[in-house]
Amino acid sequence: MNQSRNRLVFLALILLGIGFVALVRSTVNEYILSIINFVGIYIILAVSLNITNGFTGLFSLGHPGFMAIGGYVTAILTFPVSRKSMFLELPQWLANLEMPFFPASIIGGVCAAMMALVVGLPVLRLRGHYLAVATLGFLIIVQVLITNWDSVTRGPLGLNGLPAITNLWYVYPWVVVTVYVAWKIKFSSYGRSMLSIREDDMAAQCLGVNLFRTRVAALVIGAFFAGIAGGLWAHLVTAITPTSFSLILAFYIVVMVVVGGAGSISGAFIAAIIFSVLTEIFRPLEENLDVYGIGEIFTAAILILILIYRPQGLFGSREPGFLLTRDTQ
Amino acid sequence: MASSNSVLLKVEGLEKRFGGIIALADYDVEIRPGELVGLIGPNGAGKTTVFNLLSGVLKPNQGRIVFNGQDITRLRPDQNAALGIARTFQNIRIFKELSVIDNVKVAFHIRMGHGFWKTLMHTSDYRYSENEMEQKSHEILELFDLEAIKDQPAKNLPYGIQRRVEIARAMATMPKLLLLDEPSAGLNTGETDELVKTLRKIHDTYGLTIFIVEHDMKLIMTICQRIQVIDRGRMLSTGTPEDVRHDQRVIEAYLGKSGHGKQYAQG
Ligand SMILES: Nc1ncnc2c1ncn2[C@@H]1O[C@H](COP(=O)(O)OP(=O)(O)OP(=O)(O)O)[C@@H](O)[C@H]1O
Ligand SMILES: [Mg+2]
Repeated sequence: MNQSRNRLVFLALILLGIGFVALVRSTVNEYILSIINFVGIYIILAVSLNITNGFTGLFSLGHPGFMAIGGYVTAILTFPVSRKSMFLELPQWLANLEMPFFPASIIGGVCAAMMALVVGLPVLRLRGHYLAVATLGFLIIVQVLITNWDSVTRGPLGLNGLPAITNLWYVYPWVVVTVYVAWKIKFSSYGRSMLSIREDDMAAQCLGVNLFRTRVAALVIGAFFAGIAGGLWAHLVTAITPTSFSLILAFYIVVMVVVGGAGSISGAFIAAIIFSVLTEIFRPLEENLDVYGIGEIFTAAILILILIYRPQGLFGSREPGFLLTRDTQ
Repeated sequence: MASSNSVLLKVEGLEKRFGGIIALADYDVEIRPGELVGLIGPNGAGKTTVFNLLSGVLKPNQGRIVFNGQDITRLRPDQNAALGIARTFQNIRIFKELSVIDNVKVAFHIRMGHGFWKTLMHTSDYRYSENEMEQKSHEILELFDLEAIKDQPAKNLPYGIQRRVEIARAMATMPKLLLLDEPSAGLNTGETDELVKTLRKIHDTYGLTIFIVEHDMKLIMTICQRIQVIDRGRMLSTGTPEDVRHDQRVIEAYLGKSGHGKQYAQG
């Protein structure tokens, strides 16, 4: 398959997505629509974590921490000035600032990315399990800081009454951008240097790959999109608390990457859809039966089965053939 | 130094300790451009340690490594690779999940690869370099007779071919000095003959300087111009294959380890 034909396939998929968004927005009810928004946010989370975790092999549990940073920053920036002063004790310049959602969420993403840089510099000297534990530590530190920084975050109460701005016309373009960035990276020299680190860091380094810089970049790129997703999330739910971005969430996103196949963008995409839909299916069931946690148990069970019977995940590290050009195959 | 042109690699007084163990002591070597030098010694002699120090994977406790006139003693492996030192590993370290061609392409990254922004923007020099890497990879694959299997994941290949991919990959960094750590380990005779042919070919085609660790005496005696022998971290002997073959200390060191002694006597 040649380059231009490949472009057409992607263009067709993007247009199909736009058609889908337009269709569902005019047909389905609010509840279903919000589920579709969540699915989109999960796709952003899983595909972006896949850059860090799947391409580069950095087992990070810190994704919700970056989401929280993006979520809070975006929320504070979009919060109406009139109500800000009632809840929060912000510095003057921030108290008088009310931003449109789009630039605010970009700033949220950038803040998350900068935090990834600060965290990455010390933490990315660690490998494997140590790195996982350290990123878990980071997630907990973020939660504790948010809980205790009352004047800016309202502590455990969180921020509520956020403007309900997020809709599919925001979520969908970010899904496209996230997938585009991941795809572009994966099938480039830059991405191959990431994959080589995942495969064997010593060999990669001996071939000239700068381990530390590439690892930090992988964390920062992932964190940016986590920050964006945090902003979208906050303005979909219209409330955020320190516990919104928990270890359970980290677990869900990691499961999506692992089940989809570490390194496979399509895999993460599809796994994100499957798992977020599953949780939504179980939610009413849980409420009716008054038994909670069925969704979590089911997810964990699927993870264990996949790890036993198909440890490389649904797609391995690959993408379906119809999306590939000859030279990316 | 005026002589930096005639010496590619100069190592003086290198020492490496692991806790109490002295893995290598007082190690010297000098390699001129285009030479094919062998490094032999019984198991645990410190051969791999020499390569780990030269490639920057380990830092020496003492001594100096000068490459192409530049002191590289404290540099990282990726910096050494950029300067032109490439290596293979005793226990193959291939990128298992990547295809053969992608294994090779990774190695072109330092010479021609672009960073994040140019990649995202799909700039013209990004496109140019991606094409260039594709072309050059095919040339390398052609040279190593790997073109037919270029799209296979490296993990599916037989051991002998994986070794060849690893050498091809090292060559793709466009090195001035190639370090080969037991390239014939685990190969059958046919594969070893292939390997010798390949080594001769890259040595002749590129005038490449090669430093090779081997247990296969026949191989090393036939292809190397000069051989160095180490034992228990100490230099034992150095000279032409003939000199080394008849050096009494070398014979003793090898006869101490019966297995290799036999191999050596046959070589
Ligand atoms: N990372 C390490 N930590 C501790 N000891 C080490 C390490 N690497 C090597 N050694 C020790 O240093 C000595 C030299 O090892 P080295 O691997 O260089 O030997 P070698 O000549 O390559 O042997 P072989 O022929 O078995 O490959 C050995 O005693 C080994 O146990
Ligand atoms: Mg060795």
